[in-house]
Amino acid sequence: MPKITYNTHDNQTHTIDVQNGLTVMEGAIQNDIPGIDADCGGGMSCATCHVYVNEEWLDKLPKKEDGEEDMLDMAFEPKKNSRLSCQLIVSDTLDGLVVNIPSKQG
Amino acid sequence: MIKTDVLIIGAGPTGLFCAHQLGIIGLTCEIVDNLDKAGGQCIELYPDKPIYDIPAIPECTGEELTNNLLKQIKPFNVNFHLNQRVEELKKVEKRWHVKTNGNKEFDVASIVVAGGVGSFEPRKFSVKECEKFEGNSLFYSVKDKTIFKDKTISIFGGGDSALDWAIELSNTSKVNLIHRRDGFSGMESSVQKVKELNNQGKINLYTKYQLESVSGDNKIDLVKIKHDEGEVKEIKSDYILGFFGLIMQLGPILDWGLNIDKKKVEVNTENFETNINGIFAIGDICSYPGKLKLILSGFHEGALAARGCFKYAKPDEKLKFEFTTTSKVAQERLGIKND
Repeated sequence: MPKITYNTHDNQTHTIDVQNGLTVMEGAIQNDIPGIDADCGGGMSCATCHVYVNEEWLDKLPKKEDGEEDMLDMAFEPKKNSRLSCQLIVSDTLDGLVVNIPSKQG
Repeated sequence: MIKTDVLIIGAGPTGLFCAHQLGIIGLTCEIVDNLDKAGGQCIELYPDKPIYDIPAIPECTGEELTNNLLKQIKPFNVNFHLNQRVEELKKVEKRWHVKTNGNKEFDVASIVVAGGVGSFEPRKFSVKECEKFEGNSLFYSVKDKTIFKDKTISIFGGGDSALDWAIELSNTSKVNLIHRRDGFSGMESSVQKVKELNNQGKINLYTKYQLESVSGDNKIDLVKIKHDEGEVKEIKSDYILGFFGLIMQLGPILDWGLNIDKKKVEVNTENFETNINGIFAIGDICSYPGKLKLILSGFHEGALAARGCFKYAKPDEKLKFEFTTTSKVAQERLGIKND
């Protein structure tokens, strides 16, 4: 199973096995990783599952849809490496992905 | 003080359908919502997005679903109290007194919390000093546009609110529009208009910039913005407007003594009552083993919670189970005339 690493804002590192097909957001919610709210439940409508992706992973991820970029406008402190974790679907190619959770979601 | 059987908190699909179920069994209710219209997340987050999993409705939008639910509860003449957020809760003998931030007071036998993920509040700037200026020279909505006349306004955001206000205020004010990227989420025609006004020198457009800091004595006078590449610009501004959409916050309900875990209210699955007798929770806000965050689950929860409310509203009566297809009483309540 692919391993996804979540770094929380208080410098805790959680490396979790996440099943293929789940989203990075679901991996966090199901494993009680703090800092990802996912208020809308994965509908790309709330920007509360915002993460910063480690630079070396940026190009390996599927491109953002327009809707994701629009929602990121609303996110708390968006940066170039911002993604909505509900839009990142876990697969073998994402094995080893590292995401950093912002200090707040809103 | 408004006296009714049940107060429903939240006018999303779950709250609306619960009102229907209360009406069918002969209970009265009033609905409070912090938004300015009914529909909850359906109307605020995705009015135009299609929904495909409402039973017997192959496809509808959030707006259509809301309109149909409003039509369905029309016979019950339910009162809506919009732009109101519930604040205080008090037990008075066997009833509940609830007060909103707009000083509306309700005297009810029971309460159904159908609050979704909380009430919608504007998203704020992450820069700390902004708090100090909020309400005097920094706003997240426009209540009185006349105060901006002949002033310099820095507007942040890339959606319709930011674009529309930039265009509107550029008639009477000096407008800076600042957005974190080149693309905008607002309507294409508004984006074009803003670009035209920028070319004519009527709007100063700064893209790939975000707010870095604000300063001023009592009111804002200087705004610093930072480019993606690190360059910082100073702009003189009298006012700042931020349009970053809405976020949902649980708010005062957190202090009601309900069992809350991960921003969700724990309920039983028999009638979706919380740990406090007479307070029910349905829809996205409730949690129980196996909870699915689907609208259809909210409908089921609302139907059972409505029946749970009955014994509080009419303690001396027994609720009889009836079908709307055959029950004369239910049909009368629905305003259906039988020959």
